[in-house]
Amino acid sequence: MSAQPPSTGTPAGPDRGRLLLAVLLGGGFLALVLLLAWGVSQSDRPDRESLPSPLIGRPAPEFSLPVLHDASYSVGTAELQGQPYLLNVWGSWCPGCQVEHPVLARYAETKAIRVVGYNWKDEPEDALRWLEQFGNPYWVVVADYEGGTAIEWGIYGAPETFLVDAEGIVRWKHVGPLSDDIIDTVVAPMVEGMRTGG
Amino acid sequence: MNACRIPALLALLLAAVLATALWPAPATAQAVRNVQPLEFHDRAEEQRFHALTLELRCVMCQNQSLADSDAPIAHDLRREVFNLMREGRSDAEIKAFLVDRYGEFVLYRPQFGGSTLVLWLGPAFVLLAGAIVVIVVVRRRAAGNRAALDPVDDGQEW
Repeated sequence: MSAQPPSTGTPAGPDRGRLLLAVLLGGGFLALVLLLAWGVSQSDRPDRESLPSPLIGRPAPEFSLPVLHDASYSVGTAELQGQPYLLNVWGSWCPGCQVEHPVLARYAETKAIRVVGYNWKDEPEDALRWLEQFGNPYWVVVADYEGGTAIEWGIYGAPETFLVDAEGIVRWKHVGPLSDDIIDTVVAPMVEGMRTGG
Repeated sequence: MNACRIPALLALLLAAVLATALWPAPATAQAVRNVQPLEFHDRAEEQRFHALTLELRCVMCQNQSLADSDAPIAHDLRREVFNLMREGRSDAEIKAFLVDRYGEFVLYRPQFGGSTLVLWLGPAFVLLAGAIVVIVVVRRRAAGNRAALDPVDDGQEW
């Protein structure tokens, strides 16, 4: 007499179990491959290291900063309210700001929106010399010498650009130099929408 | 002719070297400014500050903590953390302050829930799946061995 192996009694049981295991393992592996492939496909975005701003959709942080060209005047959220503006963070020490400068200048010339310069952690003389050398595309430039207000805005590098609507709500933020492509495909349509949509 | 061309070639080479040296300039940059060191009241305050900044990520250099980073924005943020501590804010309030402005990315230990659920539970889930696979395999082998050994054992003295 010989003992029956338990598996021969119910041949479908272990087979189905093995199939289920294979499907689960295969499915898990496939999911991992897809996740990694997605990660790789995202890695060629030029702004892959930029942090999403929690300010989007929220009111712009209240601020009032001295004007670079005349520190006896201050400009801030109160003065800018009522119409949309593009807030561009720059410094004379920042190479990326030079890269985007012609792009910004071209867009500012269209007068589609007020382009406000945010001179961040910069010596006023250096900033003024920089504007003289490369041209001043800004409607007004405010100076944040200490960088205190920048923390309220979540600014961590330059250049950074914020789009704020007429109600003072931050609509969009970009970290890194602006390009013609970004202006044409993102900024200009949003600004146009703000003008027509009220 | 040649003598005239060599300096030009050299200049071109020099320009190329300079261009490659300057080319990978980071897209985003940081102002350089020295900041005087923070002065703590006592050892406990310093320890609390250090523990807190170790759990906060430098937003500029993304893989360093706020405590380790030498980026100017890290200087500014350390000072901000310091000032908030002096105002009597709790660690949780200080973290919330930074998350409100810079996003949850600043936390080295992100909050549990929502979009971080996979991050928190993923490893446990993978471990559990592995344990299930091991248990199934071990049980099956044990069953198989028993089935194979039983007839052989039959008639043996031990």
